[in-house]
Amino acid sequence: MSFEIPIGPQHPIHVEPLMLRLTVEGELIVDVDVDVSYIHKGIEKALETRPYIQGLYLVERICGICNAAHSLCYCLNIEQLLGKEAPPRAKYLRIIVEELSRIHSHLLWLGHYFHTLGFETLFMYFWRDRERVMDMLELITGNRVITSYNTIGGVRRDLAPEAEQNLRRALDYIEERMRYYEKVIDSEPTILARTQGVGILKPEDAVKMGAVGPHLRASRIKHDIRLDDPYSGHDEVPFNVVTWDTCDCYARIKVRVREVYECVNMIRYALDHIPSGDYRLKIPSFFKTPPGESLARVEAPRGELVHYSISDGGEKPYRYRVRTPTLANLLSVTEMLRSRGDYEVYIADVPAILGGIDPCICCSARIVITDEARRRRMTMTLDDIIRLSRERRVEKR
Amino acid sequence: MGIAEKLVRKCRARSPWILLFDTGACNACDLEIAACLTPRYDVERFGVLARGSPRHADILVVTGPVTRQARDRLIRIYEQMPEPKYVVAAGTCATSGGVYWGCYNTYPSLDSIIPVHAYVSGCPVKPEAILKAISILVEKIERGEV
Ligand code: SF4
Repeated sequence: MSFEIPIGPQHPIHVEPLMLRLTVEGELIVDVDVDVSYIHKGIEKALETRPYIQGLYLVERICGICNAAHSLCYCLNIEQLLGKEAPPRAKYLRIIVEELSRIHSHLLWLGHYFHTLGFETLFMYFWRDRERVMDMLELITGNRVITSYNTIGGVRRDLAPEAEQNLRRALDYIEERMRYYEKVIDSEPTILARTQGVGILKPEDAVKMGAVGPHLRASRIKHDIRLDDPYSGHDEVPFNVVTWDTCDCYARIKVRVREVYECVNMIRYALDHIPSGDYRLKIPSFFKTPPGESLARVEAPRGELVHYSISDGGEKPYRYRVRTPTLANLLSVTEMLRSRGDYEVYIADVPAILGGIDPCICCSARIVITDEARRRRMTMTLDDIIRLSRERRVEKR
Repeated sequence: MGIAEKLVRKCRARSPWILLFDTGACNACDLEIAACLTPRYDVERFGVLARGSPRHADILVVTGPVTRQARDRLIRIYEQMPEPKYVVAAGTCATSGGVYWGCYNTYPSLDSIIPVHAYVSGCPVKPEAILKAISILVEKIERGEV
């Protein structure tokens, strides 16, 4: 049967689907093909036509969730081309905002993931607590989501003393809530049934498929750009790299929950030890960079983010290339969705597994399922698949 | 207008169901619209419910610049929605192209493709702005102005 299941991009919470071509035998998935091409806007080309300072605003809008990581990576790149370095205070401020947006991203993902699993209450809780983080981002940077905080040669504004007090209180609140959520996650049988042993990615496969970020760390591999290649004073701020042994969807939840604690501690440390001094270098708005090339890596909430630029000595980059973490993680989805041996994957597991990599594609397509044995066509929305997934899993157990 | 029509308008204004469609947004606008559905902003108190299918929706909320690949699907979704239907362009991208102005793969604005009833600017839009846009639109629907 030839199933075609297009999943529209109009789902209220998960708005960014991708094309997965699943080959199924009955309920069992035997092969997968991934395609990400829908929301292509031509950002890299547009960057070549804009002066560096204008490019900064475009780069931030590659992805709204990881915008702090994107703008940081861009600034590091251009600073490298200019041969300059941000002042120490700016580095600490960058860490604070980067980690805050990591908390925001992880809370968002956790909420969305439980929504996919059918746990609406937890979704509402996570998103409610996330608002507290958004308030802090707004207080420090002046905007809720797209922060525009990093700029070439530092950050755009300093941290006010009142903001610091507020921030500390918000961190206490988040930490306390996360402890509660961790207890819920560990004691809730539905969550455990839906995630334990589902979507297993062995460490060898994870490395082979080039997985990055929390997704890789959930497969027991200790890899974090903040540790391996400290880019913004991360060698001064202590933190643990969280890994988990079970390599399944449950491990992915645990890694992200634990990372929130790490982020909280890093921000506390940064607030305690922030050096005084300038928070940005004086760099004119329009400038030329010496010819050359540069590459910067940043640990975005979803994993390693790479920006590469070539300058020909002009006011604009000659070429700018961006490799986002989701692109790296998508390959491993093909590995996780393929049944082999006694590892079985059902259609009902697709949302749990796909959600597990925290897909942030800013591009949309749909899922097409093909089963060659029988011939029939059927259309489903993402809602249908999620509903199916909720029902089927319960039946199976 | 007759009594019956008044009644219909009133009922319609009480439960506008929305459909969110991402035509190429950077995600930030989608997040803010999703934030509207969560406890802090809670659009449900105005009877607004987010739906996953165009056939259930009254208001189409579009975010992002319209890319070439998304255009046909946008039109198809718009056509699938039952009459009367309203469109809200959320974000600077949807209203005027925004930061992606001049990219080779995007259209300059949403209203060059489908009719738009409300524009919300901001990059990204604030949840409060979306609430305001929806409530103004609902009032207009009730008065029969759109
Ligand atoms: S208006 Fe701004 S925030 Fe919204 S989708 Fe466009 S670029 Fe992103």
